[in-house]
Amino acid sequence: MDGSAIRNLVRDRFPDACVSDHAAFGNDTVVVERHALHDILAFLKADPKLCFNLFVDLCGVDHLPAEPRFEVVYHLKSIKHGHRLRVKSTVPEDDALVASVTDLWPAADWYERECFDMFGIRFSGHPNLRRILTHQDFEGHPLRKDYPINRRQDLHLPVEDILTPKPFNG
Amino acid sequence: MSFKLRDICTEKLVVNMGPAHPLTHGTLRIQLELDGERIVHAQCEIGYLHRCFEKEAEYRTWTQVIPYSERLNYVSPVSNSIGWCHTIETLMDVDVPPRAQAIRVILCELNRIMDHLVCVGTSAVDVGALTNFWYFFNFRERIYSLLEEVCGARLMVNYPRIGGVVRDLPEGWTDRCMALVDALPEAVGDVRGLLEHNRILIDRLKGVGTISADRAIAYGFTGPCLRASGVAHDLRKAEPYFGYETYDFDVPTRPEGDSFARLFLRFDEMEQSVRIIRQAIDRLPDGPFLVDDPRVALPPKEKVYGTIEGLVNHFKLVFEGIRPPVGEIYVATEVPNGELGFYVISKGEGKAFRMHCRAPCFPIFSAFPELVQDHMVADTTAVLGGLNIVAGELER
Repeated sequence: MDGSAIRNLVRDRFPDACVSDHAAFGNDTVVVERHALHDILAFLKADPKLCFNLFVDLCGVDHLPAEPRFEVVYHLKSIKHGHRLRVKSTVPEDDALVASVTDLWPAADWYERECFDMFGIRFSGHPNLRRILTHQDFEGHPLRKDYPINRRQDLHLPVEDILTPKPFNG
Repeated sequence: MSFKLRDICTEKLVVNMGPAHPLTHGTLRIQLELDGERIVHAQCEIGYLHRCFEKEAEYRTWTQVIPYSERLNYVSPVSNSIGWCHTIETLMDVDVPPRAQAIRVILCELNRIMDHLVCVGTSAVDVGALTNFWYFFNFRERIYSLLEEVCGARLMVNYPRIGGVVRDLPEGWTDRCMALVDALPEAVGDVRGLLEHNRILIDRLKGVGTISADRAIAYGFTGPCLRASGVAHDLRKAEPYFGYETYDFDVPTRPEGDSFARLFLRFDEMEQSVRIIRQAIDRLPDGPFLVDDPRVALPPKEKVYGTIEGLVNHFKLVFEGIRPPVGEIYVATEVPNGELGFYVISKGEGKAFRMHCRAPCFPIFSAFPELVQDHMVADTTAVLGGLNIVAGELER
């Protein structure tokens, strides 16, 4: 299925939630409303014509000082059909919460943890949303544009606390 | 007094494997909850080698990211930097000259062989077979010597450039490369012969860490780990680049999905890489090794010193960097471990606004707790080896 057909299919199925779509540099993108993200990704995975079974990538983007500040970017691929799609959604800073898709793809687990760790975007319904690349005592989110590149944070926790990581409460 | 085994009170024990443990070949930490020798639950803690690659890339020019990208999977460095260059070239619509493409194919496949040699060698050491390690590392050193001839460095070569490669192959290099490639099947055959019917190895690896094709896809497996579960998915075939579609090679698969399949699939892949390198050397075209495009390539020194245009071009490329158009792009290449993808947002400046690296190890390692569930403690080594987790790429 070629990119424009995929984008048309998504737009026809979700006329209200699909904000825009475009193709550039050989990549097809749909921009969707944040509240419909989970439904759209579930549709992309389940629809037999699309069958996006490989969760390739998830990352955040910080557009400071633009509003809404954040963006979550999903990259999907269908191993069966060979096509790819990028799904994006904006996320405001004061309500940085996105529905988790760990129920659709277990691969999303660590990607969502990384996105939370690096940008502070939370994923509702994630079973274990803890920091993954930085340590548990870390303050702030390093890939945000207002986090200075030369800032260093030492680990002060006692060894026992490090050896027993705490689940995230939030 | 009669004594029954079930009367013994036992409790579950939590054991830390790593972050400094010989099996992890780096710094991985796995927490195991044990019931006797049986793993009830496993949990991975990563990040010990996290070094802010993505943040650094926002502060460096596009060209300066090349050496950083080689530190991702340091076992096969050129594959990563070629993937990065390919991303920027696709974004800027740069046509890499045929000679540079063929050189890149040769280097990518040499790196695939290197990576698989290390993976198989160290995996075998982890389950107690040391000899193979020396056989393969001997060969790996010879490939390093070839890389050293090309650019002066052995491990981190920094050889590719956006638009081609930094310099041409030295005189007679292709002959020496061909001689090495001709010797490889014998070395691979030696080790295969030592391992393939080895009772101990088969007992340790067969049926251990099994994952079905559906589950492997759901976990985002790519590369050899996916193909060892029976899915013939290879980006060199599915989404060819550098003219891979013109080379004659097969995508080996194995149906079992266990550690044994993941290890032996790499033997099959090395044989295919040898086929590709032979074809690439046979038809290595003459011509430029770097594109003649003032947007990306430094002008030759005669032009820099001899013409004002060359001088200005050189100055702007070095000080301001390459300036790709505004936009975003995701480009994936097939590196030894699977799909390495770079997602880049350009604002038309000399640096990336945002760069995200999709490393193949990251989703693969997230499946590790499921793979070792209900196995014995010693099986963690057998499973980890076949997955070929490289911490540099996992944690970026």
